[in-house]
Amino acid sequence: MNRAIFWPGALPAVLLATLPVHAQTDQDLDAIRAELTALKAQYETRIQLLEQRLSAAEQQLADEQQAPATEAGANYAAAPAPGPATLPASVPVPAPANSYASAGNEFNPAMGIILNGAYRAYEHNPEDYAIPGFPLGGETGLPDRGFSIGESEFVFTANVDDWFFSRVTAAIEQEDGDFNTSIEEAFLDTLSLPANTTLRFGRFYSSVGYLNDKHVHSWDFADQALPYSAFMGTQYGDDGIQLRWLAPTDLYVELGAELFRGASYPAAGDAHNGRGTQTVFGKIGGDVGISNSWTAGLSWFNADARDRDSGDEDDPLAFDGTTEILIADLVWKWAPNGNIRDRSLVFQTEYLWRNENGDYLLPTPDTPVPIDADTSGWYAQLIYQWQPGWRAGVRVDGLSLDDPGPQFTGSQLEALGDDPLRYTLMFDYSHSEFSRIRLQFERDETGLQNNNQLTLQYIMSLGAHGAHEF
Amino acid sequence: MNIQTVFKLRNTPAVLAAGLLLGLLATNSARAAVQVFACEPEWAALAVEVGGEGVEVISATNALQDPHYIQARPSLIAGVRKADLLVCSGSGLEDGWLPLLLRKGNNPKLQPGQPGNLVASQYVNRLEIPAVLDRAQGDMHAQGNPHIQTDPRNITLVARVLAERLQQIDPANAEAYGARLAAFEEKWRAAIAGWEERAAPLRGKRVVLHHRSWVYMDNWLGLEEAAMLESKPGLPPSAAHLNELLQQLQAAPAALIIRTPYNDPQPSEWLTKQTGIANVALPFTVGGTSDATDLYTLFDTTIRLLLDKTGAANGQ
Repeated sequence: MNRAIFWPGALPAVLLATLPVHAQTDQDLDAIRAELTALKAQYETRIQLLEQRLSAAEQQLADEQQAPATEAGANYAAAPAPGPATLPASVPVPAPANSYASAGNEFNPAMGIILNGAYRAYEHNPEDYAIPGFPLGGETGLPDRGFSIGESEFVFTANVDDWFFSRVTAAIEQEDGDFNTSIEEAFLDTLSLPANTTLRFGRFYSSVGYLNDKHVHSWDFADQALPYSAFMGTQYGDDGIQLRWLAPTDLYVELGAELFRGASYPAAGDAHNGRGTQTVFGKIGGDVGISNSWTAGLSWFNADARDRDSGDEDDPLAFDGTTEILIADLVWKWAPNGNIRDRSLVFQTEYLWRNENGDYLLPTPDTPVPIDADTSGWYAQLIYQWQPGWRAGVRVDGLSLDDPGPQFTGSQLEALGDDPLRYTLMFDYSHSEFSRIRLQFERDETGLQNNNQLTLQYIMSLGAHGAHEF
Repeated sequence: MNIQTVFKLRNTPAVLAAGLLLGLLATNSARAAVQVFACEPEWAALAVEVGGEGVEVISATNALQDPHYIQARPSLIAGVRKADLLVCSGSGLEDGWLPLLLRKGNNPKLQPGQPGNLVASQYVNRLEIPAVLDRAQGDMHAQGNPHIQTDPRNITLVARVLAERLQQIDPANAEAYGARLAAFEEKWRAAIAGWEERAAPLRGKRVVLHHRSWVYMDNWLGLEEAAMLESKPGLPPSAAHLNELLQQLQAAPAALIIRTPYNDPQPSEWLTKQTGIANVALPFTVGGTSDATDLYTLFDTTIRLLLDKTGAANGQ
């Protein structure tokens, strides 16, 4: 042991003794650094070896003391009530790795920042973007042309205590010169409810469908799939409560229900005393062999809208009524031996049916006009990763129109032309798990004139970054 | 809310939910005493050694999978839901998927701090705890190198904690777990002595590692790490770095290039072609090669391959 004590003690002494004398040229400094590194490595190895010899000796000694006293194992089994304090003498209970004075910040939440910027080029002016027959709401619409840092996300996560886990996502975005700070998510999950249930409350994205609760930075394309843009205002998040239950089966079966305030598109106006949106969803999933896994789900979403603004500012349309959406989703992932990082092929598709039933207040004739329209939307995408970091993907998405009747002629609800369609091709490269650069081409046939779009995007994750869901 | 509105889409959600419920309640069957969810195959094998027939074990990963990069798949969520005890390496190895499984698995027994949450690396002397954390240095593990199972002495330490946890979770069979642990330790100690004796000629041999997966084994057997194929932990070996390595190895040769069964064999095979230094995929964990069927054969195979491939068996 003498040696182990001597070496760390010797280091500062070596430093002091050598530095003033030789610190004259860079070369000398380098030499000293090399020497120090070598010394350090040497002494670390020695300490490790000594520690291992010591622990081996201790083990042997303790084992020898135990063995003759009892029959094999009996004294261990008869140990009194378990707990860290009653570990057998030979079990090396690890000392805390570091003992440092309290600075009040040991329990800071895990903190991450996500930067999501892009350069965009469009054939036509994005301000003219519209999908005939589908008044758009929420954050829908094309982002500006040119360079933009888009939306920067700040994510904080921590266990509150042994009952609650929390995640807060704040987003900062500059729109028309003004900075907008918004709380995208601020929810709590219970950690210890019985019967395989979890309760989530606060503000969060609804778990209906597959894409709705995926964060922007984890999307496989630079923009959201068309049916979510048209029906859910990109993605539906609101203040509310969610109950999820896992069935006691070997197959993954999850059932859940949610109740939301009803403040964001397609809901509006906090209907039913602030309980304006209701959802029910079921998800199942499993593996096929070691290389394939899948998940499928069915969701029902019902939102009440009170005086919902939709459409652009020049041609406002207010809606009163209910929006009911049914979503079926399927995701299939293939990765040789389950090593998704090496090579993988992911197929993903969703179908959304929507019924909108209520009254639209048209600019003219300024009286509520009843509507009962059934529309639907879908997308299918395939992402292939052929080697670590490199992916290519193709997506086709579309909407199907439902002519609401002659009373809507001339408004945004008028079904003009063919069903909207869009084709997207993307390539991206991730140098590590924390950085991604993407190039995307899009042929947008949703509007009255076809629009070719190009996006060059980066997604960077700084600091703590939680795992992505399947 | 209006009932007719709710059921407008032909009652689908309600019928779906009711049907699932009925089906599930019918299939829920009786279980063995303790359900163990092991993150890696070595801990699954150890749970079988210590738990015997009292445990039913599933492993989240197999030997051909890189435990750093696993998806929180639905099947794993279902596995976490039913488990009584979770055994994982820890030290950040499962950071990309385990926290999500624990949150989605709705199982309070496995939350950190509970007896059902066993983080193996907390109970061994960890190596390579970094002094400075910076992702420019690659994929770092702040709590030290997590690949602790490559030193069999660490297995002993984890076995003891595992037995203790099983006793806490299943007190009725406490004595049986104690007896199994004692029997395992005795056999394991003899096995370690045998391996150390056989591996004596390996001491001081210089090895090249694909990833920092073997530091505990190298430390145990006295192997000297000459270089890494990954320029930074977690980044795939680049051509530029391999060329640097080639020059370095031409100046100061090594005895063997080592990788895991899930590492890409191309970089080590390229280096072998260029330098003549042999390369080998060691089993790394139970199931990593066809003959590494349990913990004993895992180390038997490892030592045999090391001796064969370095030529140390013939006194070279």
